[in-house]
Parts: sequence; C-alpha cells; structure tokens
Amino acid sequence: MSWETVIGLEVHCQLNTKTKAFCGCSTAFGAEPNTQTCPVCLGMPGQLPVLNKVAVEKTILTGLAINAKINLESKFDRKNYFYPDLPKGYQISQFAVPIVEGGYIDIPTKDGGEKRLGVTRIHMEEDAGKSMHEGLDAVSHIDLNRSGIPLMEIVSEPDMRSADEAVAYLKQLHQIIRFLGVSDADMEKGQFRCDANISVRRPGEPFGTRTEMKNMNSFRHIKQAIEFEVLRQIEIIEDGGKVIQETRLWDSVKNESRSMRGKEEAHDYRYFPEPDLPPLRVTQEEVDQLKAGMPELPAQLRHRFEAEYGLSAYDADVLTQTRELADWYEALVAAHPADPKRCANWMANELLGRLKEANQELHDSKVTPARLAALLDRLADNTISGKAAKDVLDAMMDSDDSADAIIEAKGLKQVSDTGAIDALIAEVMAANPAQVESYRAGKEKLMGFFVGQVMKASRGTANPGLVNQRLKALLKG
Amino acid sequence: MNIDVQKVAMLARIRLTDEEAAELGPQLSNIIGYVEQLASVDTDGVAATAHPHDAAMPLRADAVTNSNRRDALQQPAPKIESGLYVVPKVVE
Repeated sequence: MSWETVIGLEVHCQLNTKTKAFCGCSTAFGAEPNTQTCPVCLGMPGQLPVLNKVAVEKTILTGLAINAKINLESKFDRKNYFYPDLPKGYQISQFAVPIVEGGYIDIPTKDGGEKRLGVTRIHMEEDAGKSMHEGLDAVSHIDLNRSGIPLMEIVSEPDMRSADEAVAYLKQLHQIIRFLGVSDADMEKGQFRCDANISVRRPGEPFGTRTEMKNMNSFRHIKQAIEFEVLRQIEIIEDGGKVIQETRLWDSVKNESRSMRGKEEAHDYRYFPEPDLPPLRVTQEEVDQLKAGMPELPAQLRHRFEAEYGLSAYDADVLTQTRELADWYEALVAAHPADPKRCANWMANELLGRLKEANQELHDSKVTPARLAALLDRLADNTISGKAAKDVLDAMMDSDDSADAIIEAKGLKQVSDTGAIDALIAEVMAANPAQVESYRAGKEKLMGFFVGQVMKASRGTANPGLVNQRLKALLKG
Repeated sequence: MNIDVQKVAMLARIRLTDEEAAELGPQLSNIIGYVEQLASVDTDGVAATAHPHDAAMPLRADAVTNSNRRDALQQPAPKIESGLYVVPKVVE
C-alpha cells in the first residue's frame, strides 16, 4: 500500500524596511556587530515599541497578492522564551488576531493545470539577534543588529503532497514577494527562511504525527530534507514504530537530519497580549489604496507576455522569473518591435546562456536592450546571417562597440549581391568539375556539397538563401 | 487551583528551593482564585478587550533615527569581544 506525504510550510520573511519593526535603528546588512541597536531592540527597561508604518503596508500588500483577507483590526502578543539572542525574553508577534488571514497560491502542475494551496495566515513579528558558536569553546557570541528587524511569518495549510509541490509553492511565494519588492528574500542571507511540517499517512486516513524540519537555506536543501524525512518516517512506521513529534535540524553537509530534542521541553510560550501596543487599526481606504498601487504580479505578467507577444508558456516563464528580466525584455521589444518572438529567443537562449557561462548578471552586462536590438535589426534586414549574429553577440559581451562596428570590423556583412555570388559559384564549379558532372547526371544530393563550398569560399558571409537559388540555376548549365 | 510551582519557576528561569516552592504554591493559587472570579461575569456579546485604552496604535515613519552608540550601550554587559556580547555556550 502506498503512503501519502502531507506538508505544511512556515516561511519567515524579512521585510526590506530601512528601519526595524519597533525602533529607528537601521536594518542595513553587513554592518559591524551591535552597531545598529538601541535601548528598544536591546530590551532595556522602560523602553516602548512604536510600530513601523511601512512594515504594516508591506505585510498588507503581501496579503493582497495572495488573495487573502486583511484584518482591519489586529493585535500583538508576547511569545515568551529564553535565548541569548532575544534580549527582551519575549518576541513581539501576532498570535490571536494576525493582520492577514486565509489566502492561496496557485502552483503549476505537471499536466499543465494548476493546484491551489491554502495560506492560513500572515502575521507580523520581530526577528531575533544572531548567535555564533563556530570556533568557540565554552562561549557563544551574540550580534543584536538583527534583533527587531520586521518579519512576516507566512503559514500555509497542510496542502502539499510532495517535496516538489512544497518547492513549487515556495518558489511562487518567493517570486511574488520579490515582485512586490517587500523583501529582498535572499535565502543565503536568511531573509527568506522556511520550516516544514512533515507527516505521512495512508491515503484517506487522518493526518499522521508530524515533525518540524528547520535549517534549510536553499530550495534544493528543502527538497532533499523533505524527501529524507518522508523516508525516515515511513521506515519507522513500517518497522512497527511510532513517529515522535519533534523538531529536527537539516544538516546539508551530511545530507541528513537530527533531532533537536531537549530544547523541545522548554517550549511553553505563554502567549499573552502585548500591553505596550494598542490594537493595530487600518482603514479599508488604506487597504484599497495599497491595492490600487500594487505592481503586476508574476502570474499576470506571464499571461500578458503570452497574449501580447505571442510567447510560448516556457519563454514567458523564463522571462518573468524576476521583475528585472521582464523589464529588460520589454525594453528590448520596445527597441525592436518588429518581432517580439525573435526578441524572446535571442534574450532567453542566446544572451542568458552567455551570461550564465560568463557568470555575469544581466545588470552588469555590456549588452543592453538597445544594443541587442541594433543587432537584431541587422539580422532582420538580412545584413548578417544568424550564425554571424551569434558571433557579433559573442563580441558584444566584452566590447562597447556597436553591432554595426563589430559587423564591419569582422567583415561579417552578408553578401547578397548576385554578381558576387555568381563569381564565387563559378570558382567552386571550376575547382570541382567531377562533382559538377555527377550533379548534372542526376546526383542532386551533391547540392549540399556545393552550398558548403560556396559558403566556405565566402568565409560564411554569403546569403545562404541566395546561394541556393543561384547554384540551382547555374548548375543546370 | 493547583500550580506546578517548579515548572513556572523553570519557565521564568528562577531557582527556588523546595521550601520556597511549598510556600509560594498556596500564595499563587490564592492570586489565581482571586482573578478567576472574573470568569463568573457574563461576557456574552461583549467584544474581547485587546487593550485597556481604546486607542489605535500610532505608527512611525520608516526613517533611521538612531546612530551607533555601541560603546555606551555595551557598558552594562559583563563581557564583550570585538563588539560581540559573550555569553555561556548555547548548545543547539
């Protein structure tokens, strides 16, 4: 009998506000340790938190983007626990009434359809500081620059049925957040962190006992960790054992998880209403205004690219992975409006491939939409062949010269002059009398040989269509 | 109401002797009993009170107002190394 996997995800996402959630300290990444702190985020007595307006707006925007309900009144609570990177001894969070409830994200399925995955809630909270243990013996080091940075915790329904679905959900969510510009969501910097609740069951039966997997900081690790945990649980149950509800840490070096038992016992958060903060109220007008200013979302953009530019679903997907890619593509189409599909091919296949090979980012590239468009113009008016255009693009990667200058310098201009081509053909025919005879005797397969010879004689610059046409005429004799 | 005094003490990171726990148990029970009287009030149809003041939360503009005062802020810390707080080893 088969097993069914059940996964629910919790994502902690750092909002990219300039200042912390409850104080005017900078959130800039990479500062000297403990230089971005104040009595509020250090938890000193007598200090009062004041909530950051932009953090509220960014959380509402995210809620709107996942089709959720915005609670016009929400509340803050204290989550109490002891850890040295949490100077107050509690984290300000939203427990009873979060600001966002009940949304969903659609992920593409293998059969070309979509599956709808529920989002239970998004609540606002503050980040803890950073503890460092590596290379230290009996002590740990604490940096509180991160203490108080605003977070959204995005909690999904247990709707995912495989590691692939979990990763698809996370990628969609990540993309939406990046498009909204509410977070930089850099996973390596811990700005987009995911915990997975995983259980297995026989199809149709109630949920099994779940474990919580932490410490996965890339999409690849998330997939590996979930797949590892599912197998671990199935083995336990098939051996007659029982899964223990616990938190486990993923070790991406050993490719295995280990139990965090011990820390579990102390988990009794004793939530209570945060007395320092009155309820958070927003008006429907404010929500509507945010909605009106919401940028185009990835799914809308994909559908528009397919409809407006006639792109394949695949190209539309590639070119809408980031706002930057989409903007670049639209700038290219604006500069070479004759053929949006040609623009997509050359950008997705030729340019992005070369950038990847050269380990370059789009915004660092010497190739701009205007420069690539100038090259595509030359391709469109038959000045150069497709092959020559690829050579020009190669050269453009490390040169500021225009496409025209490179074409000129490399002598790549396509020869479309009948007289010049006829002269080349005459040379080739004179050098290969035996082949000419065979061709005339009916061996028409030799056409390819002649085209190759003429192209070679022209060092690739002859217009292949014209070469074909003239060869047919002249070989007849 | 019976209270596990040692558990509450552990959660609050307070060390109590058994004698102290025995003495505090009935006191805490008394306090809880006193507060529990509230449960007898009929609150049907009354919205939950999130905060005693009926004020909405004031919000702050997202502008940096604090500068680096590390030296002053770290004065009370028992041990600092290269700007980092030094604490007893936290085992993960």
